Amino acid sequence: MDKRNKIQIFWAFLTNSYLVGFARGKIYRGKLKNFCVPGLNCYSCPGALGSCPIGSMQAVIGSWNFKMAFYVAGFLMLFGALMGRFVCGYLCPFGLIQDLLYKIPFPKKIQTFAGDKLLRKLKYLIFAVFVVLLPMFLVDIMGQGAPYFCKLICPAGTLEGGFFLVLWNKSMRSALGWLYAWKNVLLLVIILLSILIYRPFCKYICPLGAVYSVFNPIAVFRYRVDKKACINCGVCADVCKMQINPVENANHPECIRCGDCKKSCPVKAIR
Amino acid sequence: MRDFFRFSKTGFGLAAAGLLMMGFGIYRGEVSVVFEKAVNICMECIGIG
Repeated sequence: MDKRNKIQIFWAFLTNSYLVGFARGKIYRGKLKNFCVPGLNCYSCPGALGSCPIGSMQAVIGSWNFKMAFYVAGFLMLFGALMGRFVCGYLCPFGLIQDLLYKIPFPKKIQTFAGDKLLRKLKYLIFAVFVVLLPMFLVDIMGQGAPYFCKLICPAGTLEGGFFLVLWNKSMRSALGWLYAWKNVLLLVIILLSILIYRPFCKYICPLGAVYSVFNPIAVFRYRVDKKACINCGVCADVCKMQINPVENANHPECIRCGDCKKSCPVKAIR
Repeated sequence: MRDFFRFSKTGFGLAAAGLLMMGFGIYRGEVSVVFEKAVNICMECIGIG
């Protein structure tokens, strides 16, 4: 386990430290929930102290009286402009889960495949359709839109929220239906894929990663390659699990700032 | 640390714009919607609602 994993675990623990919630099947209901956390962290996780930015954005967009989510959009812009996808690499509990799953040994890990690059655009479509458009326009008689990403896709909610709450609440167990089954199938697929492919959810599905990726090239925290020092050995591109060539673009939208390229560079040209 | 952080006018400008947007959202009362959603169990997130 490297230093980054330790930081990820520390952060996940810090932002999910309402431990009594796990034991009793309840969620934290205090004032800290006024604030969002930067990573994908379901607010119905029994330990969660803060709010999920993607869930919050859908809640505001889907509310009958607001539709525009300035508070959450501003929050994402602030963190995106300062850190870009550093958040994905260090401050996202669901990213940590995928990192740990990828450590499980398997004879043949999949680095890339036909259609990989195209599939990575899917997360932008998911953000536009499920996080913004559907909650905004597909509304009920009161003018309220459902959080469609959370409802139909988000595996973080199924894992972090669903498991413990359903385990401890009999009334919830009696209400389970096709939607719960669908979300668990999706979660299972993502878990299995995470063993084979590095962070499949982050690469192809995550709307939060899609937002932060836009800020990667201009973020205050970003990488720089010293072209004079670089010997073009290609080691950085080989070790990159997001399949980026840092020499071509050190601040590629897919870069999650894991730092593997920096560590592997024999001449320390990446800073 | 200086190695990590670059002076980025665009980055700082957007961060400041983000702060302003957050302030405007708070002024409009959006935080209460976030809070209300977050302190009640989100049935959609779990896969029940």
